[in-house]
Amino acid sequence: MAIAKKALVWGLFAAGGTLSSFLFPALIALFLLISSGHVPDGLAYDAARQMAASWLGKVVLFGILFLSLWHAAHRLRVVFHDFGVRADGVIATTLYLLAALASVLTAALLLMI
Amino acid sequence: MSRRPYVRPVARATWYMRQPRYRIYMLREVNCILVAFYCALMLAALAALASGQPGRWNEFLSGQQHTAWMVFHAFSLVYFFVFQTMAWFQLAPKAMPLQVGETLVPAAAIVAAHYLAWIVLTLIVFWLTGVF
Repeated sequence: MAIAKKALVWGLFAAGGTLSSFLFPALIALFLLISSGHVPDGLAYDAARQMAASWLGKVVLFGILFLSLWHAAHRLRVVFHDFGVRADGVIATTLYLLAALASVLTAALLLMI
Repeated sequence: MSRRPYVRPVARATWYMRQPRYRIYMLREVNCILVAFYCALMLAALAALASGQPGRWNEFLSGQQHTAWMVFHAFSLVYFFVFQTMAWFQLAPKAMPLQVGETLVPAAAIVAAHYLAWIVLTLIVFWLTGVF
């Protein structure tokens, strides 16, 4: 059981790390474009809504957020330890719970569109 | 009779300052804060989009149009690319060595394939969002 739990957490971490490594530079570049006042046509309200309304769009957006959230949670847990905080039980529970809540929120918001 | 092994004192919160490679490790690992931050930002955008009011979405977009955000995103882009994308691609051949027949695929080829896939994916994201 201990091994199975570890494999699940590590699997999500690895998948999220790969996905965010490939996609986040492009996503951050989009935020940079928006902040510089050049909002791409595909991110105007109607176009963005249309993208998130399709099932493929929902699945892709959920996948990106779900895996990246778990990746961040798992690594933050280790970062806390590295900075000398020795309360792994509390920190792990809090971070994984936050990741789970944010994942549920993502799904709920996507289903509203 | 008690054994009293010598325990070298290690500063709990500042140990990584001792060596350059530890400092690089820490610089790489704290990048997960950026991952979490951009997840939160995307959730905020998603909430604006899901509200069904074009005004809320446009408010989110115009809220981003600030020099401070621009500087932050530019910094994050470079930091993320160096400490996550490049670091992850460099690790790939070590984490998943690839064997074809009797020989191992050279590490450089695996890393190069990752960069190629990254360029293609980035172009797809830009195309989908209408950057060009």
